[in-house]
Amino acid sequence: MRLFGLSFKVIKTLFTTQYAYMLEYRVEIALWALSGVLPFIMFSLWSQNDVGNSFGLNDIGLARYFLSAFLVRQFSVVWVVFSFEEDSLSGRLSPYLLQPLHPLLRYVSAHLAEQATRLPFAIVITIFFFLFNPSSFWIPSLSQLFLAYLATHLAFSIAFLLQSLVASLCFWTEKSSALERLIFVPYLFLSGLLVPLSAFPEKVLMFANFTPFPYLINFPAKILSGMPVDLLNGFFYQILWITILLPSVNTLWKLGVRRYTAMGA
Amino acid sequence: MQDNPRELIRVDHLSKFYRVADKQPGFRGTLSHFFNRRTYNVPAVTDISFNIFAGEIVGFLGANGAGKTTLLKMMCGLIHPSNGFVDVGGFLPQRRQTAFLKKITLVMGQKQQLIWDLPPMDSLYVNAAVYGLSDEVTRKRINELADMLELGEELTRPVRKLSLGQRMKSELLAALLHHPSVLFLDEPTLGLDVNAQARVRSFLAEYNKRTGATIILTSHYMADITALCPRVICIHNGSLFYDGDLDSLANSLAPSKEVRVELKKSYSPDQFVNYGEIQELNDRFVCLLVSRTKLTQVVSKLLSDFSVIDLEISDPPIDKLIGDLFLKGVVR
Repeated sequence: MRLFGLSFKVIKTLFTTQYAYMLEYRVEIALWALSGVLPFIMFSLWSQNDVGNSFGLNDIGLARYFLSAFLVRQFSVVWVVFSFEEDSLSGRLSPYLLQPLHPLLRYVSAHLAEQATRLPFAIVITIFFFLFNPSSFWIPSLSQLFLAYLATHLAFSIAFLLQSLVASLCFWTEKSSALERLIFVPYLFLSGLLVPLSAFPEKVLMFANFTPFPYLINFPAKILSGMPVDLLNGFFYQILWITILLPSVNTLWKLGVRRYTAMGA
Repeated sequence: MQDNPRELIRVDHLSKFYRVADKQPGFRGTLSHFFNRRTYNVPAVTDISFNIFAGEIVGFLGANGAGKTTLLKMMCGLIHPSNGFVDVGGFLPQRRQTAFLKKITLVMGQKQQLIWDLPPMDSLYVNAAVYGLSDEVTRKRINELADMLELGEELTRPVRKLSLGQRMKSELLAALLHHPSVLFLDEPTLGLDVNAQARVRSFLAEYNKRTGATIILTSHYMADITALCPRVICIHNGSLFYDGDLDSLANSLAPSKEVRVELKKSYSPDQFVNYGEIQELNDRFVCLLVSRTKLTQVVSKLLSDFSVIDLEISDPPIDKLIGDLFLKGVVR
């Protein structure tokens, strides 16, 4: 059975090919993994000023949260808008549009392959983190690991769909990556990447919970670090956002592709 | 739906307009472009109609910007027409239904679908999976097409390390792996050297012969058209101005033939006046432009009236004729 041209064989072949492609760029990926250390910078900032207590977290809790945020970010980072924009403007999108496979699925496979390539670098960085912060060492339970894995993949799906929605605007604006900045700023503040959401005032928190951003980092990171979290509420909102975004992307794509002019091809 | 069972493609009053922004040069122009952007419609293809039968090889001819590629893009479903419609084998191309996509392929000489940093073989296996080919069929088809294209170990070398000719042949292999019955080729020999061009041409002719595939081709190289396309469609400024066989086009563009005669001794120009228009007269050599209708008569008279060593009859080069035509902008 095929959905949007997808079968197990297509998934397997796309993934292995994209993984081989990503391995060609392992140094670049190592640098990208290193460039994702923003949560560690935030950790050192908050722990030195001893403000962690005001978030309801001690130094160990803060360290575990930011390490978890780093790991979640490694496996939910999305760059589809930039690749799509380049392919669209250069005409590389044209052959993809004429094959019986939805072009966005190629980008999904590229992201998943990149995540697999990032894995060893993320492990090495985690080991170093524990070497420098031995007191924060912990081993999550199997159920915690499973739920965090699930929440991270759902977070990736939301982020991918959100950026695909912006990427589809390429059919109208040609430079939709500029619009991505509009998402990036609230993402930075409301996802929990800079600070755990518990640090925000009640009203901001209430507002944030109605956006998709807390479910991208804060929710999976809390599960992984063992912080108290409303699992039912978190997974409900993750699935709700996917349910909203998936048909939106599909509709925008269908409308946009009618305007495609195959520039550069 | 097509009326004639052999009719595969029907293009009916097809038009395409592109919306383009107008920007004047300089700082003032930039400001005005930013605050008060003006756009207008540029017609790329205007009211074109024709039919193509299954198994035909048809060449699109036209100067740069004539509308050939836009027409090709509409026929393969890459872009939506502004007016009119295209029917390819019972499908509306712009709907891009899976059954339609499995029947066609598009090869663009200046664009590639192969993954740049990996060997072509990786891209071939991706295509095979996407088109639902079994491993056995994939291997068989790769071997078959690689033989026809004279490709071997190039398939396991990174694409970036291949020559332009090897890349193009690999592109063709990737594009034909699913055995499409309609090929849309946009400048498939662009940038290739003479030998590589000839190999691509002979491959396409062989593919058409073996599979009965329909081939629609645009090219700037007249050699591609003369070698492959018995039928040509000429487009000028977005409009169709000739649809027919290449020989008739040559005849209508050049109603005369060149007759080149090597003589045993020198003659004066006056002696050739009644035979044709003198193109060149040089000691014991004369080149005459003779009307096609009088050709047989003139040649036999030349042979009987002069001491001839050698005589050669040829058409003026078709690329020169068509080039002149596009330069003049003469629309028939």
